[in-house]
Amino acid sequence: MGNLAKVFIAALIVAACLSPFASPHPDGLERVAEDKGFLEKGEGKEVITSPIPDYLFPGIGNESLATSAAGVVGTLLTFGVMYGLAKAVGKKNSQTG
Amino acid sequence: MHIPDGFLDVKTWVSTYALSAGALGYSIKKSREVLNDRLIPKLGIIAAFIFAAQMVNFPIAGGTSGHLLGAALATILLGPFNGCLIISTVLIIQCIAFQDGGLTALGGNIFNMAVVGVITAYLIYSLLSKILPGSTGRNIAVFLASWASVVMAAFAATVELATSNTVPFSVAFPAMVGIHMLIGIGEGLITVVVINFVEKVGFVDAGPAVKSNCEVKTNG
Repeated sequence: MGNLAKVFIAALIVAACLSPFASPHPDGLERVAEDKGFLEKGEGKEVITSPIPDYLFPGIGNESLATSAAGVVGTLLTFGVMYGLAKAVGKKNSQTG
Repeated sequence: MHIPDGFLDVKTWVSTYALSAGALGYSIKKSREVLNDRLIPKLGIIAAFIFAAQMVNFPIAGGTSGHLLGAALATILLGPFNGCLIISTVLIIQCIAFQDGGLTALGGNIFNMAVVGVITAYLIYSLLSKILPGSTGRNIAVFLASWASVVMAAFAATVELATSNTVPFSVAFPAMVGIHMLIGIGEGLITVVVINFVEKVGFVDAGPAVKSNCEVKTNG
């Protein structure tokens, strides 16, 4: 488990410490949408409202801290959900190990 | 390249949802055969790592950024069916919890990245890792599989945007594929570094396990 923990800690470090330094420029698709004039087709079309929109944890004024917090929460959430799903899918084998 | 709501028309998002549901169902069926108590936490950790890494946009030319997709990373480490489940899970969480990628476009995003990206990475890696010898050859195989997975995912997104009449194919194709050929270089470099790190700390049981991982699942 120690070996797995190292990779998990690396993920948390990336989420907490590197995410605030992410490039603020639009990504490839956003750039093309802007350049080719179809970006506005997606504006205001969101079907759902997310609890942590745009990777900024709500209620934290400092943008870097809000990003770090969103990163850590998202990383833990992703681990939990994936672990749970994999456990459910692999139920048959888990018993016999 | 997370497509937001509003970019895909109804016929396109319904079709991509159906395709992705089929691919996910098949992946679950195949993963069920191999997932055990040793493998289950690895899926969680690689999914978590990919989520974290996707937050770190790196700059490329012309005021544009890119970020890791992770399809090749997950596929090379844990096989294509687990890879599909991992990338799909990351995309679902990003969509629901972080408003990254639209809910109507989720089927399309899963199809582009978790299906097309994973299949491309798997095919290129399986082929090249057999042809190219040694650790340098392995790294080249990882790099090219990662690069191609991003370019092909972008190509699939282009087709969806075009069939939705959001943008003509001839306009979107050179722009989307061109930019993602650059972003793919970042994908390739990051994936090579991460795979070497992950193997160095002993995440994968033994070096050759990576290769047999893929093979077990194709036979499986």
